[in-house]
Order: sequence, then structure tokens, then C-alpha cells
Amino acid sequence: MEDNTVLEDLELVYEKPHTLSDTAFHYCPGCGHGVAHRLIMEVVEEMGIEEQTIGVAPVGCSVFAYHYMMVDMQEAAHGRACAVATGIRRLLPEKYVFTYQGDGDLAAIGTAETIHTVNRGENIAIFFINNAIYGMTGGQMAPTTLCHQITSTSPYGREVEAMGHPLKMTDLVAHLPGAYYVTRQAVHTPNAVRKCKKAIRNAFEYQKLHKGTSFVEIVSNCPSGWRVNPADSIKWLEDNMLPMYPLGDLKVPGKN
Amino acid sequence: MEKRELKPREVKLMKGNEALAEAAIRAGMDGYFGYPITPQSEILEYLTVEVPHRSGVVLQAESEVAAINMIYGAAGAGGRVMTTSSSPGISLMQEGLSYIASAELPCLLANINRGGPGLGTIQPSQGDYFQAVKGGGHGDYRLIVLAPASVQEMADFVFLGFELAEKYRNPAMILADGALGQMMEKVDLRAEGSLPKTVPPWATTGKPKERGPNVITSLHIQSEKMEEINLHLQAKYKTIMENEVRYEEYQIEDAEYILVAYGLSARIVRKTVDLAREKGIKAGLLRPQTLFPFPYERINQLAGHAKAFLDVEMNSGQMVEDVRLAVNGKTEVFFKGRMGGIIPTPEEILEVLEQIEEKSAALQD
Ligand SMILES: Cc1ncc(C[n+]2csc(CCOP(=O)(O)OP(=O)(O)O)c2C)c(N)n1
Repeated sequence: MEDNTVLEDLELVYEKPHTLSDTAFHYCPGCGHGVAHRLIMEVVEEMGIEEQTIGVAPVGCSVFAYHYMMVDMQEAAHGRACAVATGIRRLLPEKYVFTYQGDGDLAAIGTAETIHTVNRGENIAIFFINNAIYGMTGGQMAPTTLCHQITSTSPYGREVEAMGHPLKMTDLVAHLPGAYYVTRQAVHTPNAVRKCKKAIRNAFEYQKLHKGTSFVEIVSNCPSGWRVNPADSIKWLEDNMLPMYPLGDLKVPGKN
Repeated sequence: MEKRELKPREVKLMKGNEALAEAAIRAGMDGYFGYPITPQSEILEYLTVEVPHRSGVVLQAESEVAAINMIYGAAGAGGRVMTTSSSPGISLMQEGLSYIASAELPCLLANINRGGPGLGTIQPSQGDYFQAVKGGGHGDYRLIVLAPASVQEMADFVFLGFELAEKYRNPAMILADGALGQMMEKVDLRAEGSLPKTVPPWATTGKPKERGPNVITSLHIQSEKMEEINLHLQAKYKTIMENEVRYEEYQIEDAEYILVAYGLSARIVRKTVDLAREKGIKAGLLRPQTLFPFPYERINQLAGHAKAFLDVEMNSGQMVEDVRLAVNGKTEVFFKGRMGGIIPTPEEILEVLEQIEEKSAALQD
């Protein structure tokens, strides 16, 4: 910001958490990753746990998360974030460990690691960014791609007979006894963002209890992959994603 | 934490796999992540018995893919960590190993080699030499590869492996085979706690205010940066080649025929050397203890005086390529191998040696 004179008279009521770097996000306009990054780092700052937090970002659009998240980070191979996080957490049982994974990462190539990590009840937080597409590699079909959704590898739409059904990983995971907290959130409206942040906070708070895995799915916009503009992507998400991936808690401590 | 007495130096009769596992605990291993596979499951079994009441963590992973990535995470968190497997499982670890080598994470692996390819056989083999020594995963990287030939070395090389891995921030591998894993021998175990340990400054243990974030990564999008990383790795490998070559010699001084073999094959060849000497053939053995770095220089030196080399392996001829590189045309290099889990006998190797001797005598006439 060049001209500070206007700002001087104004009261600063909202700023970037210091746990987020000044590096400009490389994400496309309208992408949900930036919001999700920010929420996680806001929670880390508010809880005052940046010195005890280690994040794992596997391959996907968010592989460079460590350019933005100012905590100790490990980049993981595609699909292996949960295994990497298990290794960290087993060695450092008192630290906060989180993974930040796309749907291709968590629900296709990393399905086994995801299921078994939650089944062991590893005390980590898993943030699962579901944009129903392989963003990084240019918009190919993901396990979460919707029926009839057009992608670069389902150019006539996803035909479930040949390509399988959208995989509802979060519903699957909620059945596992190792899961302590399972919820599905989104970041496409201010209200959704507020709720999502609460869920992220829960996921970190619960790690203190050593009671199992916290799993937060974040339904997220990918205008580039969906081939719609950022504004339209909000409606696209509501019309297409939310009927298949309804928002809300799937497993809440004490209630199940 | 409860105070626990550290184990003193002890001499025991143990299986190779158990000696390796016991040595790992004594070497201060913080974490073990593994998946069962014959002929090395005793390692995981031994550790699940011992570790809970001694030190560190042990976890049976859902696959070797998961295990090697747990190693990545735990090594990145500054831990002294180990995984072990046998051939098919080691194949599954190759992607992770490439990441570990690139991110320069120290860790120790053991491959208790069985016969392949494919599911193969659970019998001992040396078929994984190429995979261990020449890369295995994608990209230009090297493992430090140690080749034990006794239960004693199965234990000793755990200490050495951790030490070298940490010194060079590089994965190290003990390349043994099913027979070494299963055989029982006397082993002199080092005292627990005798290998110094520090938390490395680059580890992701949580970022204190005084420093910026530590990042473990193998991603360098810019070609210039990626080349720089590669040059750095190559320089490191060169240093390792200059400083860490280890080998053992037997009857080499006046030897005219030099047999080269590692691991189990070397034990058999040692007997062949004795048999040959009884028959008046001046044979000697060079046994590389490190396969990477390989004793090129020493072999090249010996090639100046030797009449011929005979390389013996339990595979189709893998290390022999390195022996030929080292000999560099100075003299002839022959190969004798058995495959599929068959262990050659000292006598059948002697037969080959006798043929070589006849041939070279004929040439000299
Ligand atoms: C072993 C391996 N296979 C394939 C790839 C290529 N690849 C990189 S990211 C990716 C998919 C990313 O999609 P997702 O996990 O949904 O994350 P997004 O990019 O959408 O955020 C693929 C297939 C890879 N890096 N490694």
C-alpha cells in the first residue's frame, strides 16, 4: 500500500495473521485454497500454538503451502500426507500436526493412508479440500468429481458405469472408531467461512485430548477446473456440490 | 519419564534379524515403521516386544508405501528412524526413498533380499544390488549401501548406518539377504546409548520465535535451483566416495586370482579361497563392505598384478559391472552366479576358478 494517509485515521479492525507470510498466493481467482489457508493460520495464531505446530502439504495445488504458512512444514509425496503426519506425530506426541490435502490426494492415491491413519486414531487434524477436480494437473477427473461433471478426462461427463461414483470419503471416515470429530464445511460465503473456522478451531483443540483424529472436509471452489468464472462458481458449488456433499457435522464428540 | 537402565555391552547368540533389531534399540532408534514380509518379519516382531518397555516408538504400517512415508515424516521431525523390508516391499518404498534422498533426510533401511523378480521366493538372493546401489527410485540420487556378511555385522552396520546417514544427511541401507537374517551366530552387542544424538537444526519440531519456519521439501520448480540441488547432492556423493569406502581382504597379498563377493556370497568364496590354496592356486578375496561407495580404487590397484578376477554373486551379474569398471580392462573379469534363491557351493565356485586358471596358464604358454 503506497498511500497510508487515508488509513491513518482509521481503526484497524481486521488484519492478516502473522502466521501467514506476505507472499502473494499463487492460486487462481476465486479458488478456495487461499481462504482455507488463512483460516488455518488464523486459528494457529489465535491459539498461540505456532511454535508447536507442524503442517504437512502434499502434492496438489497447495503443495507450496509452506510459502504461506509460517510454521514448520513438510511437503509430502502425492497421497502420503497422512503417513508423513503419522511419522511426525508419533515422534512428537505433544505437538499439533495437521495435513492439508486435496481430494485426489486424500481420496484417490492416498485412500489407504487416509483410512488407516484415521483408523489408528492418530491425533492429528486432517483438512480435506474437496474441489471435485485435480486442480494442479489441469482439471482432470477426481474421485469426488460429480456424476456427469465434465473434466479434461471425463470430456463427455463422468459416467458412473465406467468411471465409478463420487467418493464420499468424509462419510466413510465418520464410521471409523478412530475418528473423533468429522465435519464438512465450505468457504464460499461469509457465513460458511465463519462456520469453517470454528470447525478448524475444534480440530486443533481436540488434538490436546489425545482422543483420535479430527477430519474437516472443506468443499472448495475451483473456477478454473470447473470452467466457470469466480462469481458463478459460488452458485455452481451450491447447485452441484452441496447436494452431493451436504454441509454439517458427521461426528461430534459426545454426540455419537 | 521413568528412568530405565541402559543395556551394557553384551555377547549373545542371535539371529541376524534379531541382532539388527536389538542393535537399533541400542543405537538409540527413536522410531521404527515397518510392514511384515518374509524373511525379515522377526525385526518388526522383536521390536514390538522390546520397544514398548525400552525406548522409541514402533508402528506396524498399513503398507511399505506408508512405512517409508512415516520414515520421511519422522526423520524430518529430527528422529533417528529405521524401516526394514525384503525385496517386494523395498520396491514399494522407492518413490519415498527418492523424496528422502532429495530432501536429505537421514534414515536407515535394511533390505533382507529374497529371490525375485516378482513375488519370487523367500530364499536368499542378491538380486537387488542394482536397485540398492544404482538408485531404484526416480532421479539422480544414491543410498549409502552397507553389505554385512555376518550376524556381527548385521548389528555393527546398524550403528555405522545411522552414523553415516546422519553425518551426510542421506538415507543408508543395509543390504543383506534371507540367510544372513535367519542364521544364528555369536554377536558382540555395543552398549546402549553409545551413539551420540542431537536434534538437527533443520528438523520440523515446531518453530521457535528465533528462527523462520523449517521446511522439508524436495520440490524446486525452477530448473536452475533444481540443478543446484543436484550439484550439491553429487558433491556430497563424491565426498562419501572419497571418505567412506570400506572393504575386507583375505589372502590378497600374493593373490593371482582375485575373487570379489559381498555378503553371504563372500562367506562362501572365503571357503573357495581356502580350497584353492590347498590346490596351489593363489586365490584371494576382496569383500566390499560398502557397495556405495564402491572400492573402485582398491580393485583397480589389485588389477595391476592379478591374472584374473572372478566376481561371485547370487544374481545374474550385477556388482560385476562395477568390478569391470574398476578393473578398466587391465585384466579379465569372470562371473559366477546363482539365481532364484540358490546359494552356490564353495566347490562349484572352485570349479570355475580352476577353469580360469587353466585358461590363463594356456595363454601364458
Ligand atoms: C505419484 C504421483 N502421481 C501423480 C502426480 C501428479 N499430480 C500432482 S497433483 C495431482 C492431483 C491433485 O489434485 P488434488 O489432490 O485434488 O489437489 P488440487 O490440486 O485439486 O488442490 C496429481 C495427479 C504426482 N505428483 N505424483
